Amino acid sequence: MANMAQAIRMALHYAEEHLGVTDIFGEDVGAPLGGVFTCTQGLKTTWNSPLDERGIIGAAMGIAMAGGRPVAEIQFCDYVYNTIDLLKLAGNTCWSTFGDWNLPMVVRTPVGSGIRGSIYHSHSFDATMTHIAGWKVVMPSTPLDAYGLLITACQEKNPVMFLEPKALLRVKGEERIPGEPEDDRALSKLIDAPLGDRSQWKPQWPAGLEAYAVPFGKGKIVREGTQLTVVSYGRTLPLCTKAAETLAADGISAEVIDLRSLWPYDWELIKASVQKTGRVLFVNEDTEVTNFGEHLVRRTVEELFYSLLAPPRLLAGKFLPGIGLADALEMASVPQLGDITTAIRSLAGEQP
Amino acid sequence: MSRPRLIKESSEASAPLERELLVRIHDLMVKTRVLEERLIQMYKQGHGYFWIGGPGEEAFNVSLGLLMKKGQGPDFDYLHAHYRQSGTLLALGEEPIGSLRQMKNTATDPYSGGRNFAGHYSARKYNVAPVSSPIEVQYAIAPGTAMVQKRHGGDGITIVTGGDAGTAEGDFASCLVWSSRPVNPLPILIIVTNNKWGISTAAEGQHGEQRISDRGKAFGIRSKTINGNDAVEAYTELREAMTYVRTERKPFLLEANVSRLYGHSSASGANYVGNEVDCLTEFEAKLEKDGVLTREQMDALRNRYTEEMAAAARQVRDEPQPDPESIWKHIYAEDK
Repeated sequence: MANMAQAIRMALHYAEEHLGVTDIFGEDVGAPLGGVFTCTQGLKTTWNSPLDERGIIGAAMGIAMAGGRPVAEIQFCDYVYNTIDLLKLAGNTCWSTFGDWNLPMVVRTPVGSGIRGSIYHSHSFDATMTHIAGWKVVMPSTPLDAYGLLITACQEKNPVMFLEPKALLRVKGEERIPGEPEDDRALSKLIDAPLGDRSQWKPQWPAGLEAYAVPFGKGKIVREGTQLTVVSYGRTLPLCTKAAETLAADGISAEVIDLRSLWPYDWELIKASVQKTGRVLFVNEDTEVTNFGEHLVRRTVEELFYSLLAPPRLLAGKFLPGIGLADALEMASVPQLGDITTAIRSLAGEQP
Repeated sequence: MSRPRLIKESSEASAPLERELLVRIHDLMVKTRVLEERLIQMYKQGHGYFWIGGPGEEAFNVSLGLLMKKGQGPDFDYLHAHYRQSGTLLALGEEPIGSLRQMKNTATDPYSGGRNFAGHYSARKYNVAPVSSPIEVQYAIAPGTAMVQKRHGGDGITIVTGGDAGTAEGDFASCLVWSSRPVNPLPILIIVTNNKWGISTAAEGQHGEQRISDRGKAFGIRSKTINGNDAVEAYTELREAMTYVRTERKPFLLEANVSRLYGHSSASGANYVGNEVDCLTEFEAKLEKDGVLTREQMDALRNRYTEEMAAAARQVRDEPQPDPESIWKHIYAEDK
């Protein structure tokens, strides 16, 4: 099965061939590198930008204004922060002009910990990004969802922030992307650039790729359960699933929801699950103060209070200025499998 | 200065302007000035919360609007404007009542539905990108439209305008960098209107380069500083710069020295400043001296526009304010 980086690459290939994507660009996005995580290798419309994040977001806005369909990349979300007012501007352009202009643009950026990236390659961006109105914000946890969400993003009329959990970019999927060859090694031979000289290399794209689209605003139940609900997305999602599997042996039945789409998000799915289980744990790795999970906790309290058997919980990153390089520091700063297992066990057993 | 010498010149820039064009420029300059003065009056009478605009930039801004290739899409010129360009919008054909509606933040405001300040235009039908309050973001966005135009072919160009004080922002440097990369030089006219002020801070407290246009030199961008208070110079120099960008498909940095006749905005009182050159007064003296228009004709024009603008302001006063429920409209583009 394809990994997430390959899935993104195949979706972008499909989008530039069939969905009108005109410019896939950013720092080191074009040849020869094809992105520091290889997500843009071999694509037709890629080009390398100056090392200027404000220029990248600005150019995407301009390209979208002139009828292009850009997919811009910020190499690490840690470097998106100096573009915040441009993100705000992109988000308010349609509203401020009373619908006169709209910006069909996608920004992709790798987020989160998991590669021992130290202070400037480990940050999350979902808490900040979900605070900027006028955007749609998505974050896949599987290659198939990455493919499907990116197809939808490239059909949008509005700005889309596509957050890529960098710890999962190299993880192979468990579901086949429509059109993907049966054999992993065959796929790699077709679309992975060779090491060394690539000047003569051209990818051979799988012929059967299609517009498999995951709609925005739709989460999915990854694992069904009856006693408590775990809502997550991105890097922590597979950890939640694993924790739930482990705890099943102890007789704890946890339902795991992959939110996938942060704005708009699937409240109906969360609501139905929490009404069934009465207990909910929200998990993500952004810093916990003014975290998106706090919004979900607030809404749960306000709208589902009388369905609850225990207080809704949030497990998120520690409110620290950064994630330290040493293994012990990173592990202590953001939720790991053990933290999630403990949190689920604790919530499952909580009594008034 | 003698006529025979002018006729001998083959350069487009030095060709004398037709009488009809001079009258047209003057007409729009007067219309713009009267509009701005009406907007200021509306503010002072409590018919608006804030005024910002471009009295003192009419000679330059009107010329720019007249020279733009007007239309929608990459075949036509894109304008990434700032908030002192009513003259450009009127020259493109906008009716002044739209500006009054935005001042009064009525539901009928054609640029923002009562959401944004005066002078914050948006006109997709003319490729006028939305004006926003952050002073230099347009410089980061403009290379994007220029890139599409370069690839598209044709002779449409991108024009971006900002003030001198804002060139301190990194977005101005971004614009110079992105416009002049050897792999992809862009058809973009980068304009700085230099009024020598940043709100209350004088130029000496802002930047040390002798001319802002000199910053283009390091990037190999053709650059020039002109007197934007002279309507004829503004028109001819803009025409030359735009022709260069249109045909060569390369960037040009044009710095236009202009005046700021009513201060930064209503935040600084919006009172007439007596010690700056008034481009309209200068132009009218020239037109009178050259026998193009008489004082009486020009006075009559101004009176007519003053009356029209007053009537329009009265009309706008009675128009409805936005419905509170309208806050939810246009957060996203609707599916069409």
